[in-house]
Amino acid sequence: MIFLDNLINGISLGSIYAIIALGYTMVYGIAKMLNFAHGDVIMVGAYVAFCGLQYWGLPPVAAILVSMAVCTVLGVTIEGLAYRPLRQAASLAVLITAIGMSYLLQNLALMIWGANPKSFPRTFINSSIINIGQLNVSSATLITILANVVIMVALTLFTAKTKLGKAMRCVSEDRGAAELMGIHVNRTISFTFAIGSALAAIAGVLLCSSYPILQPTTGSMPGIKAFTAAVFGGIGSIPGAMLGGILLGVIEIFGKAYISTELGDAIVFAVLIVVLLVKPSGLLGKPMREKV
Amino acid sequence: MTQNTQAAPLLKVSDIHVYYGAIHAIKGISLEVNDGEIVTLIGANGAGKSTTLNTIAGLLKPRQGTIALNGVPIQGVGASRMVSKGLALCPEGRRIFQQMTVKENLEMGAYSRPAAEIAGSLEEMFQRFPRLKEREKQVAGTLSGGEQQMLAMARALMSRPRLLMLDEPSMGLAPILVEQIFSIITELHGSGVTVLLVEQNAQMALQVADRAYVMETGLITMQGDASDLLHNDAVQKAYLGS
Ligand SMILES: Nc1ncnc2c1ncn2[C@@H]1O[C@H](COP(=O)(O)OP(=O)(O)OP(=O)(O)O)[C@@H](O)[C@H]1O
Ligand SMILES: [Mg+2]
Repeated sequence: MIFLDNLINGISLGSIYAIIALGYTMVYGIAKMLNFAHGDVIMVGAYVAFCGLQYWGLPPVAAILVSMAVCTVLGVTIEGLAYRPLRQAASLAVLITAIGMSYLLQNLALMIWGANPKSFPRTFINSSIINIGQLNVSSATLITILANVVIMVALTLFTAKTKLGKAMRCVSEDRGAAELMGIHVNRTISFTFAIGSALAAIAGVLLCSSYPILQPTTGSMPGIKAFTAAVFGGIGSIPGAMLGGILLGVIEIFGKAYISTELGDAIVFAVLIVVLLVKPSGLLGKPMREKV
Repeated sequence: MTQNTQAAPLLKVSDIHVYYGAIHAIKGISLEVNDGEIVTLIGANGAGKSTTLNTIAGLLKPRQGTIALNGVPIQGVGASRMVSKGLALCPEGRRIFQQMTVKENLEMGAYSRPAAEIAGSLEEMFQRFPRLKEREKQVAGTLSGGEQQMLAMARALMSRPRLLMLDEPSMGLAPILVEQIFSIITELHGSGVTVLLVEQNAQMALQVADRAYVMETGLITMQGDASDLLHNDAVQKAYLGS
């Protein structure tokens, strides 16, 4: 049963990566930029939820909602202040700005919450163990997987069916043509940052519910891995983020369990390299299409 | 100002200058399109025809000069606000949304219109372009070149423009399809759409148009009735290959 336990833990960890990867992939698809500050938005989300639970006495659901609201505002503000002025700039300038934004958020967190790691309260998802047959699954694991499924279905329907979702697809395909349709590109990009950042808040809470140590660098490693997952699945593709995230989580847990605990992360990146050698656009990525 | 808005041309471009960084692409051109006309803009590669249309559509900003639609200045307003003012551009290279279906592309053309009006316009487009009806659910990237051009034109028409700007609609099409595109343009004109047409195919363009402007390296060098220019020696030498 250890195999199945590992598999479920892998899927759960991968679900967190997948939710974070959505933020990278949607922003990349629409704004054609890598928002390296995304991982740190997760950290801010986790801290806000932490404060809500620990200091402000909020019920868990309210703490999550406040955290989502704060992250949404944060994401939209970052986009408006730091990235929008660089819309026509070289992509390297945007990348450096994003990295700078990442350090800014980490240092602000250091100022506000200090360097000492906080222990994330268990009140939200008290990790009671649920037995399904011979399987021992924590409730945090189940809730994480469930949240991921709900988010994926909702986002897929949103982009396929709604007017705003279709506008997002247009902007990601051809910004100029989208403008000619009357789509307000800046508004659409802001909106994408809003969704990505709200999801980051959820990911932050889920992450800290399973791995309850919270510090200013908490978002970095999951951020990098989720970015890897997005590339792995095909950057720009929503189902790709889902698949990439889950595979990455499963590979990581199995690598650590059966090969080497120390090399777990290295194995993850080795697999990524192999996949990209075989299929440079990622598992579900569309090959770059030549304009006719 | 107000006393002669009645007589104002639908589109009036006055002395615009457009730059790409340091490149001075449009060096002060003026042109007019009156309600109900087909006006064509012809010229060699790189003359600045697309730049002119893109500037009118709001994708580029003129550094100097004015553009007025019905007497109201629109330069610098931004492309996304142009459609609701009654101006649509069918851009060079078609630029349909390749990953969306034919129907979705058409719906995006009507993005700024109330949802309730879309079904009727879709029906209209399917009547005018029966090929698109057959391929309604097909992903646009898989259409043939001619079908993609039809889709691009239909998509622009979905906004019910007062002025339709077409940038080289016959580009890369077989002669029979070129004929078809031009007959559609004539039909559209017949149904009251005003057209500003940019074309490499000067012969065809001058045949369907009422008036024409000839562009050369960022300037307008000739203008007049299309039929006069069609028989003008200089135009024939430069653009009609005779
Ligand atoms: N994005 C751009 N950046 C820099 N220069 C540009 C850009 N687009 C066009 N130009 C230059 O501006 C000039 C006018 O180009 P434009 O595309 O308007 O010509 P055109 O008349 O439409 O030509 P064609 O018939 O080949 O489509 C050309 O010299 C071109 O090199
Ligand atoms: Mg051109």
